[in-house]
This record gives sequence, C-alpha cells and structure tokens, in this order.
Amino acid sequence: MARKSDERPTPRPGLVLDVDRSTPPILFHHGEGFRLEKLPAGRSRVIYPHEPLPGVADVESTISHALDNPIGSEPLSALLFAGMKLTIAFDDISLPLPPMRAPDIRQRVIEAVLDRAAAAGVDDVHIIAALALHRRMTEAELRHAVGDRVYDAFAPAGTLYNHDAEDPEAMTSLGTTGHGEDVVISRRAAESDLVVYVNINLVAMDGGWKSTATGLSSYQALRHHHNVETMKHSKSFMDQEASELHRSNWRQGDVIKRSGPTIFQIETTVNNNTFGHDGPLAMLQKREWEWTARDRAMFMGMQTGLKAMTARARRAVFHSWRAPYGVTGVHAGEVEAVHEITTENVYKQHLVPVEGQTDILTMGLPYLCPYNVNSIMNPILVMVQGLGYFFNLYRGKPLVREGGVLIMSHPTTREFHPVHHPSYIDFFEQVLADTTDPVEIEQKYEKQFAEDEWYRHLYRTSYAYHGVHPFYMWYWGSHAMDHLGGVIVVGGDPATVRRLGFRPASTLQDALEMATDVVGPQPTVTHIHNPPILMADVT
Amino acid sequence: MTTRSGPVADLLARRPTKLLGRSVAGRRAKRGITGIARSTRFPVRAASAPKDIEVRRPPKRTGTNFPTDWARTVPARVARVTIIETLMRPAIAALARPERTNADRLGDVDGPIIFVANHHSHVDTPLLLTSIPLPWRHEITVGAASDYFFGTMVTGALSALAIGAIPIERSKIGRGSADLAAGLITDGWSLLIYPEGGRSKDGWGQPFRGGAAYLSLRCDVPIVPVYVSGTGHILRKGSARPHPSNTVVNFGRPIWPDPGEKSRRYNERIEVAVAELGDEAGSNWWEAKRRRYSGETPGLGGPSVGSWRRAWALGDRSARRARTRRWPEI
Repeated sequence: MARKSDERPTPRPGLVLDVDRSTPPILFHHGEGFRLEKLPAGRSRVIYPHEPLPGVADVESTISHALDNPIGSEPLSALLFAGMKLTIAFDDISLPLPPMRAPDIRQRVIEAVLDRAAAAGVDDVHIIAALALHRRMTEAELRHAVGDRVYDAFAPAGTLYNHDAEDPEAMTSLGTTGHGEDVVISRRAAESDLVVYVNINLVAMDGGWKSTATGLSSYQALRHHHNVETMKHSKSFMDQEASELHRSNWRQGDVIKRSGPTIFQIETTVNNNTFGHDGPLAMLQKREWEWTARDRAMFMGMQTGLKAMTARARRAVFHSWRAPYGVTGVHAGEVEAVHEITTENVYKQHLVPVEGQTDILTMGLPYLCPYNVNSIMNPILVMVQGLGYFFNLYRGKPLVREGGVLIMSHPTTREFHPVHHPSYIDFFEQVLADTTDPVEIEQKYEKQFAEDEWYRHLYRTSYAYHGVHPFYMWYWGSHAMDHLGGVIVVGGDPATVRRLGFRPASTLQDALEMATDVVGPQPTVTHIHNPPILMADVT
Repeated sequence: MTTRSGPVADLLARRPTKLLGRSVAGRRAKRGITGIARSTRFPVRAASAPKDIEVRRPPKRTGTNFPTDWARTVPARVARVTIIETLMRPAIAALARPERTNADRLGDVDGPIIFVANHHSHVDTPLLLTSIPLPWRHEITVGAASDYFFGTMVTGALSALAIGAIPIERSKIGRGSADLAAGLITDGWSLLIYPEGGRSKDGWGQPFRGGAAYLSLRCDVPIVPVYVSGTGHILRKGSARPHPSNTVVNFGRPIWPDPGEKSRRYNERIEVAVAELGDEAGSNWWEAKRRRYSGETPGLGGPSVGSWRRAWALGDRSARRARTRRWPEI
C-alpha cells in the first residue's frame, strides 16, 4: 500500500570535471534548443550540479508538522480565531522554474492553512498573489498555483486576487528604515491580524523578508534596493552575507516587524529534479557520458523535431513542461528563523565547491527565466538570465576573474511579448539605443518609465510587467557588467546582441578566439552546467 | 454381424410409442407440451429422488458462486479496456457530461485503493470507471450485488467482463464475498464499492454498510471517498429510459484508519467524508470546510421528514450548484 516513496540511488554531489581529450561534447542550453560543444582540453572544466536530493515521502504530514510545530512562533492554530482578519499571500508565477507539476506545493500549503482557519471559525480570509511589480497571473496560472478548490472558493467572491502595487487605496506605508528606505505594503495585509506567507524557495535569494517587503510592496519601496548601487554591492545577491539587496530587505522587514501585522512565514524548498529521472527530457540532468542509448536517441530526435518546428511551436512545447520536483522541506514560523533553515536546505542542493576563478565563463541559457513563464524570453531577459542570475550563482567570489569574459549561448532574437512586456519594447528601442550604462539609464530614464500612465494602466488591468521592470532587469546585471571585461553571445542575432552592448559569435570556437583579445592566449575556461540549478562555492 | 448393446442401444431399439409411454400421436397434440414433458421417463427426464434420501445438488454457478477469475485474465482485461475506452467513454460523455474534480487528491497514493461512492443509478459505475484516474482505472474490480448482477450466467458474465464486477452478498452476512475482495486487494487490485448496498430510492443516500471499512482495515489500504451527483437524473432506480444530464464526480482525500480504530467508527468517518464531498460539490471547498468544522455538513440521508418534503429538499440541493432561482423574488 500506501503513500508514494522516492526510491532512488543516493544522489551524487556536484562535480567539477577537468576536460581532457576523452571528454565528450558538453550540453549547452540554447533557448528553445540545445548545442553540444567541445571545450578546449587541458584548460577547461565543467561544473555539474548535485543530483536531486530525495523529496520528503509524505508531503501532507510534513506540512502539518511545520504548521503545528513552527520555529519561533506559536502553532498556526493558536494564532487563528473567529472574527479575525487573515491574509494569505503566496509567491507568484516566477517561482518555481519551470513551474511545478500539479499539485503545486503552494496549493498544498494553502489548503492546510485554510483547513486550520476553517476549524478556528475564521471567516474573513483574503488570498493574494504577491507579485510586486510583476505581471498579474491569469486565471489558469492562479488555478495551477493554488488549485481549483481554493480558486473556486475564493476567486468568485473577489477574495483571491493579484496584488496591485499601483492602487493607492490598496497600499499603506508602515514607515521608513534607519537608512531612509520607505516601507510600503498591501493595506489588506497591513490591517490583518495575521499574514501567512507561502513561499517557494528555489534559490538562496528568495524568501525571508523579501517575501513580504518586496512581494506585497510597491515602486515607492522597491526603488530603495532595486537600483544600480545596491546591485553593485551585492556580491552576489545569492549570498545573503554579501548581499546589499538582502540587507535592505531585512531593514524593511524590521519595520514590518515593529509596525506591521504578525507574519507567519511558511517556506518550502524543492529539489533539483527539473527534467525528471525517466521522462523525455531526462538526459538534460544527466552527465553526458551517462546518457543511455535511449537518451541519445531522444536527444537526436528532439533536436531534429525542434529544428522542424516554428519558434512559436517550440515555445509552446517547452513552456508546457512541468517539473516533477520533490519537496525537500517545509518550515514555518518566525520569518528570520525559518529562512535560516530554508537557506541551508537550498545550499545543500545547490552549492558545489569550486577552487579558483577562471578567465572565461561559459553558460548555455535555457528557454526560461523568472519573467517569461508562458511568454517570450526577450533580449533584455537574456541579459538578466546570463549576467543577472547565472553570473550571480556564486558564493565567495565570482567564477570568472575580474576583467574576464562571459560567453553565453542563446538565440537572442529581437522578439517581445507585446502583452507581457510592453515597456521592454520601448526600453530596447529607446533606452538601449542611447546607452547601456546602468547608472546613466537609471538617472535618465527610470522615473519616466516608472510613472508612465499607460504602463501603469497595462500593469493594473492587463497582464503587463510594470513600466519600471526592464530597468530592474538591467540593474540586475550591473555587478556582472562592472566585473567583466566582455560578454559574447554565441548563436545570437548579431544586431540584437550588439544593441545589448555585447559581441555576437557564430560558434563557441569563434567566441573563445574572440575572448583571447580580452583575456590573453590560452585562457582557462569554466562551463557552468546549469540547469538544473547549481551555485558555485568559489574559494 | 455385430449386435448393439447397452442403455443407449436399448433406448434406440424401443419403439417410439414405448419411449413416450402409453401415448399415441393423436393424444399428444391434445395434451400439449406440458403433458409431453410429464410423460417422459428417465433418462430423458431426471430421475426422482428416492424417499428419505438427501440429495446433494452441485453448487449453483450464479450469485456469490459465480466464477470471475477468467475476467481478470489478460484477454478479458484487454476486452474490458476496449469496452471502457471505446464504448463507455463516448457514451458517458454524451449522456452524463461529467465534471471530474479533485483527482489530484490521489497524487500521493501508490498501490491499491478502495473507492467508496454514493449510489444513485446504474450509470454510476460506467461514469466512475471512466473517471477514476490511471493507473487504478484499469486495475479495478467493482463490488456488485450478487443477487442482481450475478443472478444468471449471462448477466454475470457480462458484468464480469464489461465492468470487472465481482459478486458481493448484500442480503446476508457471508465470508465468501469478503474473502474474495480481500484476496484481490492483496493481489494489487483496487476495488470500487457502493457501501449503501444499492441504488438510492428517492435521490437521498442510505446508511453505509461496513464492508469497505472492514476491507480497508483488513488489507491495510486507503479508502478514497467519491461523491457522484447527477446520475439519478439520467437513470434513476426504476427507470428504463436514460435522460442526458450533467454529472459531477468529486474525489476525496485518501483516508486511512486511525491506529486502533474500530470498523464501525471508521465506517462513520467514511460516510461523513462522502457527505462532505457532496457538500463541496454543491457549494465550494471553503464553505464545505467551514460547515464541516462547525458540525453543519448536511448528511447524505437528507432530512427526516415526509417523503414530499424530502423530494422538495432534494430539489433545493441540486439547484444550489446551478445557482439559479427557482422562484422569482417578491
């Protein structure tokens, strides 16, 4: 009988492979496709992620245990009472990546919370998608996140909805931090007797006070840490100890703790099982020399099939993928105490020890980043995926030395989703045509885009990212831009790549050759074999 | 020349008039078939039992004794999958227009399950057999009333083949049905059972019998409660002609017996679980949840009032989902 269990061999830790002549071609993600690339023998290495850690056998019991035995807080049931105002906020569509195979862990947790709320006789419940300045979630996306049961019970009554950071009536100020940073959150949350935040902690930067201080906040508060200065001093923003972004969020959290509602934080972590152990994409999370005949046949078939498809069809296929993640932990209670344990869990899955930096860092960028779920990965998102997220997946020091070169592989076409990313189009055409310097962009253009009435209208009523969002994406890459001597995009559309301020190359060999202009001859090369996600612990 | 001997040869050697006794052709027509039958002798007719001798009859091959092993062989299973997927599914889609909800609640379960559903109509079984998610859908047997479905060899064979039915004794207590079902569950088969023991007579439910709870305890497998609504409108008990209608199949969370829990108490929990699913199907998850905790979940059995008022209340209940007013507001 009984409940499903995850019976697999003990997962192997991450690996740093020194490339020699016998090393097979290495897999590079390349948008909605893949490349197999030979790396120079004798001076290259490949960093492979940890294999997926086993998920908990009984998710329901794990959730119940977390809610009934929280850290630094009374059990959830003891915080609930009839007549109270309860707000449940949850992470939006940007997490996890790719989206999780149903049932989503948010659904499971929210149902468990509501079960206790019903037992306590709580009537006044609001459920909010904490999306800050991201686009609103569609009904199908909300249904996937919270499940049909919760959606059907709350959405028709208007008590399950997307956060609206531009509704002046719906936002309230809680004060300022010692550094003069405004703290603004959803009025409903602020006036609640209890806010339960349900998070998915995919990478180390997620969660903690970032959940409420950012997710339920507005431009007025976000501008204090979503800026070039903060990003340049977040080395990296994935490493809490060295992240100015983290410190700013925590300062805002202090204000919420003092002047805001009681927060009951529920943080969940998932493993690295992004492509499944047995499915059609299983080879993507295996080491190349362990690909079976079936894996190789599937890969070749997939490559042939993808080439025959239109870009739209390829996108549809990739975006329909739902990852069979295992849940590795659910912890609840006081925000900071919970987040400490969550971060450890994330590190356990992601951290791979790496010795020394490299001259050239290579990476294959996949079809997906946090801001193009069910959408198009436009050129600005390509930049943020490479220079923002992948570059910053380190602890200690960057994988590539200062003045080194980053080579990333992606088609980088001049395509934008007109509904989701309207301000990105103008940012690309107007702002990047003028300058790619983040500081100049911030000073010259940010306010104009952030306060544009049309973007504001689209954010509030359509499914558009906020007008200021492309700026934040650009700032996200500012630490990498500061650090690197050059960026080369393999296989990208040349004109588009040049607009981003990068250099295009047709092949990896060309890119390596071009990079020697910056880093000198016979450079060392490191390839980050991501996804599944890994974080380099560089010493 | 060889001479024939033995009883058959003797029989053939007799003249027809002897074979039929004293009768002759003219009388035969007058007496009719009954008369002819009466006038036949052994061995054409069965021998009468001597007085004071207890006759041992071979066991009946109908009812609970109906053999169903053959219906779980590979060819029969292939035939059943074909019937379910190519005949039942389109028929149910056209007739029942099912809305299947909350099957995700089964996501954490592995191995056999006992599906327990309320019962309104003969449409319930095909509806459920096309709704239960894989892998259970095609590895399931259905507990069917032995006196009804297995009354004759023909109905028994059809039931066993088409729906994977096994005979369940419902009019008296017997170990045979329980042993059969338990053996199948142990072998990895899931079971669909209607613990009300028969179709609803008036649209409201009947008290649950303890068989499902007993089997769950005995075999250590979970019970998945299922609430079915709308099938009574399609083909209610006593009706012969189906009328298309909308239906809902609402799957519940798997239930395991609590440590040391007795069958009776467990059975009560199962009945409450199905009632909650009914409440959920008629309103929504959150409202049903709140009513559950305030002890206001409406039972399956309906109000204890006169039959017309029960019928009246039933109308209100089914109308709740449609959210349409039956009377204009004054």
